[in-house]
Amino acid sequence: MIKNIYNLGDAALYCDFGDTVNKETNLEVINYFKDIRKRNISGIKNIAPSYNKLIIYFDLELTNYKKIKDIVQNLDISTFENAKTKVVKIPVCFDDEFALDLERVEKKAGLGKKEIVNQLISQKYFCYMTGFIAGMPFLGDIKEKIRLDRLETPRVKVPKGSVGITEQFCNIYTFKSPGGWNIIGNSPKKIFTKDPTKLTLINPGDEVEFFEISKKEYSKFNEQK
Amino acid sequence: MSKNSFKVLRPGINTTFQDLGRDNLYHVGLPFSGAIDKRNFLIANSLITNKEDDAVLEFAHQGPLLEFSGSQTSIVITGNVNFKIIKKDTSEIKGECYKTYNLNNKDCLDIISTEKSVYGYLSVKGGFHINKFCNSYSTTVRAEVGPNDGKKIEIGQSIILNAVDGAIEKSLEYLNSKIEFIRVIKGTNFDYFSKDSIKDFISKDFIVSKLTDRMGMRLSGPKIKNLKKTNIKSEGLGKGVIQVPADGDPIVMLSDHGTIGGYPKIAVVISADYDKLAQCPPGEKIKFKIVNLTEAENLYKIYTMETKNIINKIR
Repeated sequence: MIKNIYNLGDAALYCDFGDTVNKETNLEVINYFKDIRKRNISGIKNIAPSYNKLIIYFDLELTNYKKIKDIVQNLDISTFENAKTKVVKIPVCFDDEFALDLERVEKKAGLGKKEIVNQLISQKYFCYMTGFIAGMPFLGDIKEKIRLDRLETPRVKVPKGSVGITEQFCNIYTFKSPGGWNIIGNSPKKIFTKDPTKLTLINPGDEVEFFEISKKEYSKFNEQK
Repeated sequence: MSKNSFKVLRPGINTTFQDLGRDNLYHVGLPFSGAIDKRNFLIANSLITNKEDDAVLEFAHQGPLLEFSGSQTSIVITGNVNFKIIKKDTSEIKGECYKTYNLNNKDCLDIISTEKSVYGYLSVKGGFHINKFCNSYSTTVRAEVGPNDGKKIEIGQSIILNAVDGAIEKSLEYLNSKIEFIRVIKGTNFDYFSKDSIKDFISKDFIVSKLTDRMGMRLSGPKIKNLKKTNIKSEGLGKGVIQVPADGDPIVMLSDHGTIGGYPKIAVVISADYDKLAQCPPGEKIKFKIVNLTEAENLYKIYTMETKNIINKIR
């Protein structure tokens, strides 16, 4: 449930669901997000769900903080739908060409490449949120053995398609971008589709499964460069 | 299709189609985008008698050099912009902002530079022949979405204009004013920072760094010291949010910002002052001042009223 509501500037409502980051809290955030979207509340322009926060942006010409806060506070979201989630299968190539930080991960985890790859592909992941760059999924939780911090100095350009890990999370760089996650593979799958009916393959609440492909299979994919 | 078009002889540094922005897609990672300086955007469309939310070309620092082909079109430029029109017979007309001009076949529009500001706007009567993506003409270059395949305008390309009849003759006397302070509301992590740093934040000058674009504005000045933690759990961002990373130099989120971030938020620029902040070029000094929510809301009412009054003065 929402623990606290603050204003973020003069045109956004910042809903805090508590300090813990886990699936249960995040599902509450996602439920609020879906419910508020469905209601089409006048003046609301945008809603950004994240691990444990929901930020609601409104049009200051049409409404204000107090009015939107009153509405959100009094929402009855007790009947949480068991959201229909889908499982998205994502091919990943772990060839040395793509695994930019493999050595670092091997050293920190004390595991060989094969073991690291197995740790990553042996389970399904939950999508906590999407963003930073268009379509980038924040997935978790990865096995404890392969958890490590971000790079001390972030890369200026992480190649498009890179699959990265940090802390309990993994992600996919849907576009070329700066970034500090440990890169261990690359997916040729186009995740941000630009098709307005389904902009992105992976949405908050979905499950993701990685499967390994060879470099040959990767180049055949050819959907993304 | 209309026979009116521009050929891009020089694209400028960052020339993109923009409108009022794209709502409701933060959750997939798309920011609002849209014209950075909303007031100058609205004035441009009003002067040329387009719809309020028609697309314009936004340029930054150096603008494009465009050669017009077709029978005739009317254009207007807003902002603080140095530009000229080179007629077919090579005679030149020095351009004035907030005044419409008519272009004839093979006339060139040379948008030389923005002066003591960053962004300027070109609006064309009838608008551009482009398509909306998710209800908006705004380009988000980083996600490759919007008109022109989500790209900046490039050299050699053609820009097709919608066909319209008749010339427009309108003008407005308007000067973009500067303000003494950029007003902000305390951010959600305001108490992470040391008392001395807060004092610095609201009393000392910050300088707009060269590392500034439509995504964000980096500032340099006194280092803002974080006493609690330099990373928070990643969460949503909005335009005007000021994050402070571990290095102590604040970053203001602008219209194309990344939608999720993990640095503490010291403050948020009020909606009324966003245009003015974003128009500050690299090297310019800015000072922040804290206001409360009610003051910010009232200042925004005044800002929108002023915009309406300015537009009402168009003759």
